[in-house]
This record gives sequence, structure tokens and C-alpha cells, in this order.
Amino acid sequence: MKAPLNEVRLRFLSRSRNEAFIRSAVAAFCAPADPTLEELGDIKTAVSEAVTNCIVHAYPDSLGWIAVRARLFEDGLLELTVRDRGRGIENIAAARAPMFTTGGAERSGMGFTIMESFMDLVRVRSAPGKGTTLTLRRRLHSRETSPARS
Amino acid sequence: MEIRWSGEGRELTIALSGELDHHTAKEVLHTLDALMEERLPLDCTLDLSGLEFMDSSGIAVILGVYRRVYELAGAFRVERVPPQAARVLGASGIDRIVEIRGEAVI
Ligand SMILES: Nc1ncnc2c1ncn2[C@@H]1O[C@H](COP(=O)(O)OP(=O)(O)O)[C@@H](O)[C@H]1O
Ligand SMILES: [Mg+2]
Repeated sequence: MKAPLNEVRLRFLSRSRNEAFIRSAVAAFCAPADPTLEELGDIKTAVSEAVTNCIVHAYPDSLGWIAVRARLFEDGLLELTVRDRGRGIENIAAARAPMFTTGGAERSGMGFTIMESFMDLVRVRSAPGKGTTLTLRRRLHSRETSPARS
Repeated sequence: MEIRWSGEGRELTIALSGELDHHTAKEVLHTLDALMEERLPLDCTLDLSGLEFMDSSGIAVILGVYRRVYELAGAFRVERVPPQAARVLGASGIDRIVEIRGEAVI
């Protein structure tokens, strides 16, 4: 991959009020690429899902650090990585399945399903006890250059 | 987040506005739980037109209300869904379980 046009890295505590902060920060980072309202909504939703998972599942009863890296490439590709040093995921395939949750009635188990439907790529790397790194990619303005997404 | 409700007797309309995420959903779940227990609605509408953002935490909120009304054999629908929230509902497939009526006008 060529060098990004721009890159930011943010590190913040796993406090739930930071969910709104990181959505706004990522939206502001994308603004120069002139995303459509729909693209912006999709990206904010995916970031919200990823960071909420760190807060709820990675650090269930403690505070920990979450690191987000956002990179924007010349061809309109946005790449986000969201990393925690928390509990990790035992079975990644099971975790990604629709409706799977270890979070009880307050969770829907639809986070991964939504990220997968809104992003072009969702990659999960995780080790139990060590943490999880999520990579999300979305090409902005994809409708103008390729067939409409479903 | 703001939660407002209206309606007489066993009819209840709940309107949510603001950003519905995991942070704000905790309070919403709490308030709606108490409200549903008090009103035991047989005809319940959730108006989402004031939502500026919603993620899968909102799905859990909607399913929570749906379950409470279902237990009473009442009718439940989600109304006036803004575009961003509509995409989340669509991706989650919840529109196959819960009746969704009309999109929000913006
Ligand atoms: N960062 C993470 N650390 C540990 N476990 C995770 C993480 N992200 C997801 N998981 C696991 O994957 C499951 C599914 O996640 P998701 O699809 O977002 O649904 P939900 O958050 O509603 O449970 C979670 O219930 C949890 O067990
Ligand atoms: Mg989740």
C-alpha cells in the first residue's frame, strides 16, 4: 500500500462517553475526502461498534486504553484500526456470527454484522488475554466508480 | 438523549431524540423499563424521528420494548426512522421481526 495522504492516532480510556468523541473525531478526519452523508453515517456506525466492543467486552470490569488509527489514501480508501489490550476473543468465527453475544440483554449481538455490511473489509486479530485489533476499510465514493453496494 | 412519551390508557407513544449508543442506551433502557412496567401498553409506538445517530445498542433498546409489548400480546411498531438509523435496522435484519413504518422527513 502507498503512503497515506493523512494519518491520525488517538489513544483514550475505555469510558463510554468516549464513544461519541471518537465518532466525531473520525468523521472530522474523513471530511477532506468529501464523503456522502450515507458514507459518513456508515463509518461513524462502524467505529461506534468497534469502540463499544472494546469498552464492553475487552475491558468488562476495568478501564483500559483503546488506540484508534485512521489513514486516508489518495484513491479515497479509508482504513481504521481499533486496538485494545483486553480480554481477547476465544473463537473469532463464532463472535462474528449474527446474534452472537456474551453481553446479555443489553447487547444485540449485531455489531460485527453491521460492521461487515457497512465496510468493504473487516479483519479481526485477537489473542485471549492479550487483546484484539480490528481493521476496517471503506472506499469512499465507491458508487461513482463501481457498481452500487447491496 | 431525550425521551418523551404520550398517549392515554394502554396506548403509548415513545419518542427518542439525540444520539443512541451504548453510553446513552443504559439510561434509556432503565427509563423505558420503568415506563413499560407502569403503563403495560397494548398499543405501543416508538418514534425515532429525533435520532441523530443510532448503532446496535439501539437494536437492543428496540428489541427490549418489543419483547415487553409481545408479552402483553400488544401491538408494537417503530415509526419515522431517519436514514442512518434505517441503514442500521436494515443491516441487522430487525425489520423482519418488528414492524417499521415510514422514514423520518429531514
Ligand atoms: N474487542 C473485543 N474484545 C473481546 N471480545 C470481543 C471484542 N469485540 C467483540 N467481542 C466478542 O464478540 C461478541 C460479538 O460482538 P458484537 O457482534 O459486536 O455483538 P455485541 O457487542 O452486541 O455482543 C461479543 O459479545 C464479545 O463476546
Ligand atoms: Mg458490539
